[in-house]
Amino acid sequence: MVNFREYKIGARFFGIALGGSMCITLFLPSFDFRNVNATEVALDKQLWAGWESGFNLDDPWLRGDHRPLRVTLKVDPKTGQPMEATTAYVYPAGTRMPNGVDHPDILGAMVQQLSLDKGRISEANESQGAVFLLSSEPQGDGTKQFYIEDASATKGWTPDAVLKAAGDENTYHAAYGKAIFVREGCWWCHTLLPEETQDWQVFGAPPMLGDFNGESPTAFGSDRKAPDILHVGSRNSSREWMMMHFFNPRLVQPYSIMPRFDYLWGKVDAKGQTIDYDKWRSEYNEYVEGQRVTPPEVPMYASNSDARALIDFVLSLK
Amino acid sequence: MLKYLFAKNEDIPDGAAAVYFGFSAITWFVIGTGLGAFNASKLAFPDFVTGLEFVSFGHMRQVHVHAVIIGWISMAFAMAMMYMTPALGNTKLWSEKLGVWNALLWNVGLSLGLTLLWAGMTSGREYSDFPWFIDLYVVFLVVMPLGINVWKTIIHRKTQGIYTTNWFFASAVFMVGVVFLVGNLPEYFHLTGLTEAYLTWWFAHNVLGLWITPVAAAIAYYTIPKVSGNPLYSHRIGHLHFWSVVVFYSTPAAHHLMSAPLPEWLKSFASVEGVLILVPAVAFVSNILLTMQGKWNMFVENLEIRFTVTACLMAIPLNMQGGFQQTRAINWYIHGTGWIVAHAHLALLGFSTFAEVAAVYLGLQTLMKRKLYSLTLGNLHFWFLLIGFTTYWVSMTIAGLIQGAGKIYEVPYIDVVMAEHPYMIARWIGGSLVFTGNCVWLYNMWMTARAGTVVPEGRMPHELAYER
Repeated sequence: MVNFREYKIGARFFGIALGGSMCITLFLPSFDFRNVNATEVALDKQLWAGWESGFNLDDPWLRGDHRPLRVTLKVDPKTGQPMEATTAYVYPAGTRMPNGVDHPDILGAMVQQLSLDKGRISEANESQGAVFLLSSEPQGDGTKQFYIEDASATKGWTPDAVLKAAGDENTYHAAYGKAIFVREGCWWCHTLLPEETQDWQVFGAPPMLGDFNGESPTAFGSDRKAPDILHVGSRNSSREWMMMHFFNPRLVQPYSIMPRFDYLWGKVDAKGQTIDYDKWRSEYNEYVEGQRVTPPEVPMYASNSDARALIDFVLSLK
Repeated sequence: MLKYLFAKNEDIPDGAAAVYFGFSAITWFVIGTGLGAFNASKLAFPDFVTGLEFVSFGHMRQVHVHAVIIGWISMAFAMAMMYMTPALGNTKLWSEKLGVWNALLWNVGLSLGLTLLWAGMTSGREYSDFPWFIDLYVVFLVVMPLGINVWKTIIHRKTQGIYTTNWFFASAVFMVGVVFLVGNLPEYFHLTGLTEAYLTWWFAHNVLGLWITPVAAAIAYYTIPKVSGNPLYSHRIGHLHFWSVVVFYSTPAAHHLMSAPLPEWLKSFASVEGVLILVPAVAFVSNILLTMQGKWNMFVENLEIRFTVTACLMAIPLNMQGGFQQTRAINWYIHGTGWIVAHAHLALLGFSTFAEVAAVYLGLQTLMKRKLYSLTLGNLHFWFLLIGFTTYWVSMTIAGLIQGAGKIYEVPYIDVVMAEHPYMIARWIGGSLVFTGNCVWLYNMWMTARAGTVVPEGRMPHELAYER
């Protein structure tokens, strides 16, 4: 560095200035982030969304491999007896465990302790798969403290038994749906962060400090070309509306500028019949030009289609 | 150019790497703005080319962003560094061979990364959309070779001091490597939650503040004195600019997330630091405009000066917006609206692009020793860019104010969409003008290489008269 010698002071000051700025913007905030206890929202979200919704080696093309499932159980998977409707998060064998189970310290001290001691999450492992529950413990002040429970350890539920007991109609592919949300770039227009304006009243309350532990990517979005959808499932829970809206948004909102996502239906519909997109589009064009009274029917999506997973995800945004 | 990959370093003519970078940058500019115009058309007319995954807006937006930032802007920076750093050190580029390889690996890596993004393989993090292995590629095969060449050239300089431009080059190429490594920590180590959200914007802020803004300014510090013949107005103000960039521009990352539940002290700190960005901004603008004293005729007569001074003039509204729109009161109104999109284009397509276009014009003519093929086409390029950009910026700013009002006064969202429609059409027209101008530029530069008048030894291209 012979010819930088005359710049010795400058180089040192540069190091101090940049290092100081890194200290303030990276090191100091990390203390705030570490002390955050995961809320019920964060635990629920990481359990249904799984380890990672963006690029990862388990599912590099974001096509739905190794994704957990959320189910609503109405019968006990072990005994077959009816029980109160319960939400369970199923991680079939080979699915990466959620972040709070992989690294319990990201849950915050209180949630970590409960999840380890009462939830027995340290017994969950990827090779056998696991079933998780969102459980709570009453606190002295009347509130509830939520934690993750590994039902495979505490109740002996296996992923296969739980999926069988729930049945396909009570299984939600929300984790894959969020991966589609990332892959298809929905977040370039629909943010997941209601702002501190009056739009609280329209789009719902903004998220709290502990609502994100374990979520990746958070995909807040920055450009609101469309409504915020953090709480969209509370505003509109109609599967049929969602189906029409994704197939061609102009069916339900003539002035929408949202792209059509009809290609998420794939090749065949729910009955296994080939979807004739060209025919659909020409009939739709006739409808737009006033030559038809009603638009063509939107085909029912197949149960393993991308469209189903995306709708499962959107409706899970409560 | 490919024949130089395995040639001996001594056998590669001076400037080969810079010329390779220059033409790559222009090509990426054409591609990037073409994609931008196509995307804009979809926001105006959503059923234009529809129902196909590979041409859907959500798959193409990030390709546009990365094509212009890493293709056009950053490769134009590399071109400027490989041309200006040796010129300012009165020496040769440390290694032309490394430079040629750098340009090749840059094009290959970027093509690969954009293809993956297009296919939907994304990290889902704005501005750091590339999967982590592409980020590592960028650090070690794109930024590091460039840095080594720049630092080595400065060390081997034959002048006593280091000129302002080269302080910026040497430090910015270091800082962008750090930013790429640190800003992508969430992907390397799978950090989640608010840490991930905050680091996403830490990256986005710093890649603009510690790479694009300072390097574009550094280029103007070279172009204006070199072409006008005036010495830089003040070295001291240059010092102020440099140090205030390092101190103030590196800290306000959190002001991008004012509505997220980040710690309040962090948001307040970021907001104050964000206003202090005006210090380097005012230093830069005043220094460049004062350097023009007595040479303002060149603003009309000379293409490179006109581009650079226009860039500098656009830095004034850019920084006035940038300094104040991130304070809580104003951010409350305009955050997440088209105003921000307009501001981002003012930074990248206005200020930074105009400075780089001048550098690429100047550098390619000087290194190829060919006078620009056609002044008419050059003028056409300038006006296409300026009118196209202005149309875009004005329409998006208005659209943003409409969106802000809609947000604050709880207007049903679809009414906002309908009110924005004319401005979306204007945005598309503006983008198409920019794209057209760039096609003209690529042709003009190609013809300069093939049929431009030879610039005699020891002369600057702008000293020769145009023939067309």
